[in-house]
Amino acid sequence: MQKALLIDPDKCTGCLQCEMACSFEHEGRFNPSRSRIRVFTFHHEGCFVPYACTQCADAWCLQACPVEAIVDDRTLGVKRVVDERCVGCKVCTIACPFGTINYSQASGKVIKCDLCGGDPACARACPTTAIRYTDADQTGYEKMRRWAARSITAAEATA
Amino acid sequence: MQHLIVGAGPAGVHAAETLRRLDPDAGILLLSGEAEPPYSRMAIPYLLSRHIDEAGTWLRPSPEHFQRHRIDVRHGLVERIDSTHNRIHLNDGSRLDYDRLLLATGASPRQPPVAGVELPGVLPCWTLEQARAIARRLQPDLPVVLMGAGFIACILLEALLRRGARVTIVEREPHMVPRMMNPTAASMLKRWVEAKGARVLTGHAVELIEPNGDGLRVCLDHGEPLEARLVIPAAGVSPNIGFLRDSGIGLDQGIVVDRHLRTNIDNIFAAGDVAQGPDFSSGGFQVQAIQPTAVEHGRIAATNMTRDGALCHAGSLNMNVLDTLGLISTSFGNWRGAPDGEQVELLDEAGWRYLNLQFDGDHLTGASSLGHSDHIGVARGLIQGRVALGEWKTRLLREPTRLMEAWLARSLAAAPSG
Ligand SMILES: Cc1cc2nc3c(=O)[nH]c(=O)nc-3n(C[C@H](O)[C@H](O)[C@H](O)COP(=O)(O)OP(=O)(O)OC[C@H]3O[C@@H](n4cnc5c(N)ncnc54)[C@H](O)[C@@H]3O)c2cc1C
Repeated sequence: MQKALLIDPDKCTGCLQCEMACSFEHEGRFNPSRSRIRVFTFHHEGCFVPYACTQCADAWCLQACPVEAIVDDRTLGVKRVVDERCVGCKVCTIACPFGTINYSQASGKVIKCDLCGGDPACARACPTTAIRYTDADQTGYEKMRRWAARSITAAEATA
Repeated sequence: MQHLIVGAGPAGVHAAETLRRLDPDAGILLLSGEAEPPYSRMAIPYLLSRHIDEAGTWLRPSPEHFQRHRIDVRHGLVERIDSTHNRIHLNDGSRLDYDRLLLATGASPRQPPVAGVELPGVLPCWTLEQARAIARRLQPDLPVVLMGAGFIACILLEALLRRGARVTIVEREPHMVPRMMNPTAASMLKRWVEAKGARVLTGHAVELIEPNGDGLRVCLDHGEPLEARLVIPAAGVSPNIGFLRDSGIGLDQGIVVDRHLRTNIDNIFAAGDVAQGPDFSSGGFQVQAIQPTAVEHGRIAATNMTRDGALCHAGSLNMNVLDTLGLISTSFGNWRGAPDGEQVELLDEAGWRYLNLQFDGDHLTGASSLGHSDHIGVARGLIQGRVALGEWKTRLLREPTRLMEAWLARSLAAAPSG
C-alpha cells in the first residue's frame, strides 16, 4: 500500500520543527517561509494544524501546467515539480484549490511537498507524532482530502 | 469510432489524451493549424525572455508521446465543415471524415480597428511563429509600443524589458488590466510598472499607425505621437470561429455549447478559448480564454464524446495569476462583487500589497490580490467548493489574509467524521 502523510492536529504543539526540517531538506537552510509544509495557528481554538499537499488524485496543479512540469510519480504516489521544465507561470498556484503549491521568488519556480522521495523530513522531525508517514488509509487527513477533493470535483462537473 | 479534434492547444491535447484513456480502440486524429508540435501559448513569454528554448513550450516534452498514445497528430488548416456528411475540408484541398468532432481552435488577438495595423512592424504575439519574428527584432533600446494593458500585455512586458526594449503601453481604459483588477490595485500596478522603467499611458487610444523612416509613428487621440520600431497589439482576443460561418453550428461570442460542451449539432463539441462555456460565477455562458478552463473543457468534452452525457459541467471558475515584473496579482470568480454583497479590502501601499474578498451570504464568491501569493489557490477551493464559512466569515472580514485557516477549519468541520 502507498504511504501518505498522516496528520493529527490534536497532537501538534506548534513547535514548527516540521517547517524547519522541510526547508532545510529542500533549500539547505532553516527558513520556514520556504517550507512545503506549513503550520496554521488557530488562536480561538488554541490549536495548530500542519498542512501540506495531500497528493490528491485530481492533481489540479498537474492538469493546469502548460508545459508538463509537474509529473505523477506513481510508485511514491507523489506529484512532483520538474524544476528544469517549470517556467514559473504560477497557473498551478491558482488552480490548486487547497493552496498547497506555491511560487518561490528565490528560484522563480513553484514548490510543493514531494514527500522527500519517500522519507519525509517533517515526519522525522515531529516530536509528538502529529505528523506520521504511514499507510494511506481512511482516517483523519485522508478522509479530509477525499472529502475536499470530492467537493471541488462535484462543483466542476457532475454525472 | 473516429474522433477528430481540430486544434492542438491545451484543450485539444487534453481531449485527445482523455479520449485515449476512455476508449482504447478509437481512432484519434489531432489536427494542428500550425507547423509545430503541440505547444502552449502561455509559455511564449518565457521563450522571448530566453528562459526556455522552443522545446520548453511543448505541451508534452517527449517527442514520442502522441505516437505512444496512438494519437495521430497532423497539420493543416480547416476551411469548412460539412456537418451533413461528417467531413471537414482543409485549405490544401484534402478532406477528413469523422464520427465525433471536437472544435478546439482557440482564439486570436483582436485586430484593433486602427489604420496602419497591417504595416510590417505591427506584430501580435500569439503564435510561436509570431514570437520568432518578434525575437528576431528585439534588441537593446528598441522602442516598442504595446497596444493594450491587459493580462497578456503585462506578461509580455517582462519579457520585453528583459531583452532591453524601451516599452510604452497604451491603454484606452482609465486603468490597467481592467478585466482582472479594480482601480485601487491597478493604480498600484501602474506605479510599480513605471518604477521598473516602462511608460504607461492609460486613458489613451491609438488612432493611427504610420510609416516613419525605418520605423513607425503611433498617433494617439491626444498627446504626442510615439516613435516605435515594433508595435504589439494585445487588446483582447476573439475566438477563431470565422471558418464556421456557414456550417450551421450555433455561434455567439464563441461557439455556443450546452453543459456537456456539445454544440447544436449532435456529434460536434467545442472546448477551450473558442467555446462559450459555462461560467461558475454567473451561472451563464462566456468565453473565458484561460488555460485552466481550456484544460477542463478538453477533459469534459472528450468524456462526453465517448460516454454520452456522462459529465454535466457546473461551470469553470474564471481566474488569473499575473506576474508583472515581480509583482504578483491574482483574481478569482466574482472579484468585482455583487451590488448587495459584502466585501473586505486590505491595502498596504508602501508594502505593495492588496487583498480584496467578496462575499455573498455565507460564501466567498470572489477574490483579488496584489503581492499576496502564498496559498492563494485556496481562494478557488473556498469559492468553487461553496464552503459555508459560518463564523469564519466574520473572522475573514476582520483578517482577510486568513483564507487558508478558514478553509482548513471549515473543511475539517464539514468532513464526515468517524
Ligand atoms: C503570450 C500568451 C500568454 C498567456 N498567458 C496565460 C496565462 O498566464 N494564464 C492563462 O490562463 N492563459 C494564458 N494565455 C492564454 C492561453 O494560452 C489560452 O487560454 C490557451 O492556449 C487556450 O487553449 P486552446 O486549446 O483553447 O487554444 P489554443 O492554445 O489557441 O490552440 C488552438 C489550436 O487550434 C489550431 N487552429 C486554429 N484555427 C484552426 C483551423 N482553422 N484549422 C486547424 N487548426 C486550427 C491552432 O493552430 C492551435 O493548434 C496566454 C496566451 C498567450 C498568447
